Amino acid sequence: MLDFGVISANFKFLIVQGLFGLGGFAGGTLRLAIPAIVLGFVLGIFIGLARLTPSRLISVLATLYVEFFRGVPLVMVIFWIWFIIPQILRLPIPEYGVALTAFVVFEAAYFGEIVRAGIQSVPRGQVEAATAVGLTRAQTMRFVVLPQAIRNMVPALVTQMIVLFKDTSLASIIGYVDLTKAAQIVNNREIKPFELYLFIAVVYFIFTYSMSRFARRFERRLTPA
Amino acid sequence: MADAAIRFRDVNKWFGKHQVLADINLAVSPGEVMVVCGPSGSGKSTLIRCVNGLEAIQGGDLVVLGESIVRSGVSMSALRTRVGMVFQSFNLFPHMTVLENIMLAPVRVRGLSATEAEKTARTLLARVRIPDKAENYPANLSGGQQQRVAIARALAMQPKIMLFDEPTSALDPEMINEVLDVMTDLAKEGMTMMVVTHEMGFARRVAHRVVFMDAGRVVEEATPDAFFAAPKSERAKDFLSKILSH
Ligand SMILES: Nc1ncnc2c1ncn2[C@@H]1O[C@H](COP(=O)(O)OP(=O)(O)O)[C@@H](O)[C@H]1O
Ligand SMILES: [Mg+2]
Repeated sequence: MLDFGVISANFKFLIVQGLFGLGGFAGGTLRLAIPAIVLGFVLGIFIGLARLTPSRLISVLATLYVEFFRGVPLVMVIFWIWFIIPQILRLPIPEYGVALTAFVVFEAAYFGEIVRAGIQSVPRGQVEAATAVGLTRAQTMRFVVLPQAIRNMVPALVTQMIVLFKDTSLASIIGYVDLTKAAQIVNNREIKPFELYLFIAVVYFIFTYSMSRFARRFERRLTPA
Repeated sequence: MADAAIRFRDVNKWFGKHQVLADINLAVSPGEVMVVCGPSGSGKSTLIRCVNGLEAIQGGDLVVLGESIVRSGVSMSALRTRVGMVFQSFNLFPHMTVLENIMLAPVRVRGLSATEAEKTARTLLARVRIPDKAENYPANLSGGQQQRVAIARALAMQPKIMLFDEPTSALDPEMINEVLDVMTDLAKEGMTMMVVTHEMGFARRVAHRVVFMDAGRVVEEATPDAFFAAPKSERAKDFLSKILSH
């Protein structure tokens, strides 16, 4: 029979440590996912814009960045930062720093592509009309291109954020105690895999489902009547 | 004619190796309406897009409102506030209301207050005969209404010159006249205009001069009466017979 007592007995460890990252261990799914999403997106905006600049050097560098990180597995990026960077810098990097850096640099490549595609989805005529009334390039970007681009980006952006959110479980390979790792730790002691992994699946689902619900509402609000 | 509003002097333009404008010499006087016609791909759009710097020229000189726009250091943004443009596909900003479309440049470029800009915008909407559409989004307007908003948006910067690139080509036939009427009003008020159009009725009634282009060159330049009565070149005759048989 299922015994969900294991959840209530370890609720604090699973949620406070595993989900929020408050506790004795370096960890926390939200503590990693939220800054990774925000910083990854911000870096992604710069990379997306860099790919579209008239400067060839900058756009080629940005393209290489994107192709490189899209071509390697995330786990490998985590391992590099975990094993190799500290040797080069001769400086230990804590688990949290490694995980966050890996996610930000890796995900920025994907966010950058979404930003680039979103900007390119705005018809050329929009830029020409804005230019023709005297707006500068920056004003054209800010008032005409980006508002339309963001609307077009929302679905892909939210999908990527959901992927990132779920991928944070990969950080457990360097001992980062996120929700998945916390469940594993409890399971090693209590041997209740069904209850524990069902529980964390529900927690993951609650977050990802809210994200897509929120996105849908946001999209509707952005659509002109 | 030292005081032409627009003067092309031996203007040449290439896209890569492909020459699109060849030795263009044209002058448009203040208050003049010049209609540009010619077959598709002859360089009409490119010609007028040079006037507000949407396209750069590679040879010759182009003087707009007394200032050469090929000189380095010339402010393109300042030029564009004095030259309005209307496109074939309207290009209204879909995420803004009609009012916001018209107010954007006056507020952001001219630095007008929102109140002032709104007052001007409403006056312009009355002038293009759609005062009641101010709060609508472009998607809820007919093509003819959208194009009139586009004209109002360009006029909001109080330009000295207006450029029209096939403003009625994307419209259903029953909406063409509502746009041409607004353009005719504008011409009567003395606006300097370069109009790419195949509306030969409009050219006959409103234009002071017709320019016929082919393969990047100005082939003929004449008053509408002379041009329609007796086009000189074979290519213009050919073109006219095709257009008028429609
Ligand atoms: N951005 C561009 N890049 C390359 N070729 C272009 C571009 N715009 C126009 N052309 C070419 O220049 C020529 C003239 O085009 P255009 O001025 O649009 O002609 P029209 O308006 O008379 O139809 C055409 O051969 C067209 O293919
Ligand atoms: Mg054209």
